[in-house]
Amino acid sequence: MEPLALYVHWPFCASKCPYCDFNSHVRERVDHVRWRDALLRELRREAERAGRRPLVSVFFGGGTPSLMAPETAAALIAEARTLFDAPDGLEVTLEANPTSVERGRLAAFREAGVNRLSLGVQSLDEDALRFLGRRHDAVEAEAALEVARALFPRLSFDLIYARPGQAEAAWRAELRRALALAADHLSLYQLTIEPGTRFATEHARGAFALPADDDAAALYVATAEEAGRFGLLPYEVSNYARPGAESRHNLQYWRYGDYLGIGPGAHQRLSADGGALLATRRHRAPEEWLARVERDGHAVTGEEALAPPDRMREALLMGLRLAEGVDTARLEARCGMPFADAVDPFMLAACEEEGYLERPPGGGRLRATAEGRLRLDAMLPVLLR
Amino acid sequence: MTDTPLARIRNFSIIAHIDHGKSTLADRLIQQTGALTAREMKEQVLDNMELERERGITIKAQTVRLTYPAKDGQTYVLNLMDTPGHVDFAYEVSRSLAACEGSLLVVDASQGVEAQTLANVYHALDAGHEIVPVLNKIDLPAAEPERVRQQIEDVIGLDASDAVEISAKTGLNIEGVLEALVQRLPPPKGDADAPLKALLVDSWYDPYLGVVILVRIKDGRLRKGQRIRMMANGQTHLVEQVGVFSPKMVPVDSLGPGEMGYLNAAIKTVADTNVGDTITDDRNPAAAALPGFKPSVPVVWCGLYPIDADDFDKLRDSMGKLRLNDSSFHFEAETSAALGLGYRCGFLGLLHLEIVQERLTREFDLDLIATAPSVVYTVRKTNGEVVELHNPADMPDGTLIDSIDEPWIKATIMVPDDYLGSVLTLCNERRGQQVELTYVGNRAMAVYRLPLNEVVFDFYDRLKSVSRGYASFDYAMDGYAEGDLVKISILVNNEPVDALSFMAHRSAAERRGRAICERLKELIPRQLFKIPIQAAIGGRVIARETISALSKDVTAKCYGGDISRKRKLLDKQKEGKKRMRQFGKVEIPQSAFIAALKMDA
Repeated sequence: MEPLALYVHWPFCASKCPYCDFNSHVRERVDHVRWRDALLRELRREAERAGRRPLVSVFFGGGTPSLMAPETAAALIAEARTLFDAPDGLEVTLEANPTSVERGRLAAFREAGVNRLSLGVQSLDEDALRFLGRRHDAVEAEAALEVARALFPRLSFDLIYARPGQAEAAWRAELRRALALAADHLSLYQLTIEPGTRFATEHARGAFALPADDDAAALYVATAEEAGRFGLLPYEVSNYARPGAESRHNLQYWRYGDYLGIGPGAHQRLSADGGALLATRRHRAPEEWLARVERDGHAVTGEEALAPPDRMREALLMGLRLAEGVDTARLEARCGMPFADAVDPFMLAACEEEGYLERPPGGGRLRATAEGRLRLDAMLPVLLR
Repeated sequence: MTDTPLARIRNFSIIAHIDHGKSTLADRLIQQTGALTAREMKEQVLDNMELERERGITIKAQTVRLTYPAKDGQTYVLNLMDTPGHVDFAYEVSRSLAACEGSLLVVDASQGVEAQTLANVYHALDAGHEIVPVLNKIDLPAAEPERVRQQIEDVIGLDASDAVEISAKTGLNIEGVLEALVQRLPPPKGDADAPLKALLVDSWYDPYLGVVILVRIKDGRLRKGQRIRMMANGQTHLVEQVGVFSPKMVPVDSLGPGEMGYLNAAIKTVADTNVGDTITDDRNPAAAALPGFKPSVPVVWCGLYPIDADDFDKLRDSMGKLRLNDSSFHFEAETSAALGLGYRCGFLGLLHLEIVQERLTREFDLDLIATAPSVVYTVRKTNGEVVELHNPADMPDGTLIDSIDEPWIKATIMVPDDYLGSVLTLCNERRGQQVELTYVGNRAMAVYRLPLNEVVFDFYDRLKSVSRGYASFDYAMDGYAEGDLVKISILVNNEPVDALSFMAHRSAAERRGRAICERLKELIPRQLFKIPIQAAIGGRVIARETISALSKDVTAKCYGGDISRKRKLLDKQKEGKKRMRQFGKVEIPQSAFIAALKMDA
């Protein structure tokens, strides 16, 4: 049986950040009991379809899942453990914001079974935090990190860089301060402008400009250098970890494994009988999702069996983000077609010659080099047939 | 109606620079003689094609038969021949002029003589015309009739003391023009009893009648029902209709010597009718054709490509329709790696090229891109073979070429003194050889021999810009001469882009090659691989630019929820590649080449 990961989406935030295009919503009040029941209901329904399988990980994302009642997390974790075969060290991650309110609830989440915390720090610079529309300051961020480090066996946090006007030296300094806070995992994202966000409007109006590509590339290289000095290695385009501390849950996505997605707008990839791979999506609007689950037991709005070439594209666009690259034999089995039919051999050779792609010794794998990962979005359309 | 005695016929054309009032005068003459009522009068009756009206350029010759009761009590037939108004149609102009005995030389009394006027006056003098100077726009405050009269005498050597002073716009002294035509122009000569000899002046395609042929009868009679023979191509046709233009088409039984009119004979395409040909009676043919016939040969060539590949068939159909009416326009299919499927097209000159391109765009609603215009070269190969080539892409390898001859022109440029220096510099830069430099008042007239190759490459634009629009320009073909010419290939990622290759003199090769490389560097977006752009003569690179690889293009965040969206984006990007041209491992958007070519024009 294919192992699977479980993702739970909590769609609510205290406020909407100007850069964020995730499925998040601000609501005055949330009926936590109804939400808990609905999430549990959808989980049971999907578990029934999936069958009993090894469970890789649980991940509470959002939105701001640290705003959910810790009891909800506890109930979902417990339910997942009964529905699937969970190993002793099951990775259970919660995303949280470093505001003082949430900081006070962290112990309860640890109690509920969360053993890995991912804090949305975003910056240690006050001006940058204001620009990013965050509700915490640098002092709160450091306090939250301290509490989290004491509570959770594993800790990660996010930073956003390549911000308007950000100089390389300033970023290196900020990053060093962050690295000294002794997390075993960091997600370091370059700021991008997503359609439909407040930043998209402001950027189009010329309110601010992002660094030019050459400068952004230099910042990326500087980032890997600084992280490397602290023993954190880039195992994915934007993710850095001490060896062994990688996010198992996210690796499941990037390795194109099965995952269940529960909650509004959550996506799911689940292998089914006869070698099919089903892509499922759910209603994005929180109230509609809730009403549908309460009425039908689920809020699925679309489901398709992915054709082999589509799977191949998905597997490669995810897998080449990883430093380890893809295992071509596993890819062929997972996607149901020969790897050689998925890529243009001439472009594959050109990318290898240019040092964008390589086949590590030992064989059986293809991976993007650091240079290749930096240009992955340009490489995929020419590489894939 | 057509038994007019020769003594009461006058055939004339009007020579004028654009905007000096030729069409307005023609309108007034038509009005004054009552050929059309005021209600029927559309402004500039003769220029009936939209484009012709807009730019004041006549493409086809046309005639109007006017009836004028003169002061001497006799009624005269005045045939006005409207000639094509541009140097590209020099041969067509010469045939139109050959159909007349005299010309009105219309000069704007405030502007004076322009280069184009001058060239056409010489054509008229060559045709043996009696020339009547007419000073137009005499009503304008800026009019200087005395100065312009003097200029006509100095520059052209015509006696302008009897010049008719008019205002075509207000209708002032149109009578004077009509009287001058009657009194000063000689009547035509001809023998009604000799075998038919008619000059084919022009022809055009009419959707209802088929090809309509404009003729001038020299000897004999042209009748309905007659079997005629085209002396140049030997084809015979049965005449279905004979008539005159009043300016409406009015059928008549026959046309006699000295007359102008039309015939149609179920001819399907103007390609079967050669301007300048002699039409005779098939049963009683003339012994010799009229002198001066020349088949029309394209002088300037370029590639025309549809921007949307789906328009290829439409382009072929549209060009076929244009050719129905314009046999001097040639086209043949060609393929370009950069631009896809298109046509190699031949034209009489740059204006002709521009007109055809504009008509295709406007009348047929096509989006087109034109490659840089090229002239026709005579290439002598080392094996003794001699070939004529107009597509740089067809040029043999340099080692196989013994020598290349290129066409030259004789250009006449008139320009106010202030800008003469810049104009001479421009001509010298373009390898010009000065033939003559004279002054008339504060205007200079420079006559230069120039390689046509240098003129098709943005010469007009540069001339306009260095003279702030005051220079006027005219040219005539002036033979071939050997030139130190090289083919410059443009290579993108080490592969030649046929559509961008061009011929240039060796001395200009590096400068122009560099300019194109720099421009392409601006136009081609950075991509996954670095792209070398080179200009080369044979295997020798003369200019080089490199577009560096893009430095970063990767989505920062990509998790389980993003997969579907990213995959769909990828599908869309692959779809977008249909508009790309592959050069080895890099793909260049077609739009970059189109932009590069547009900047050339």
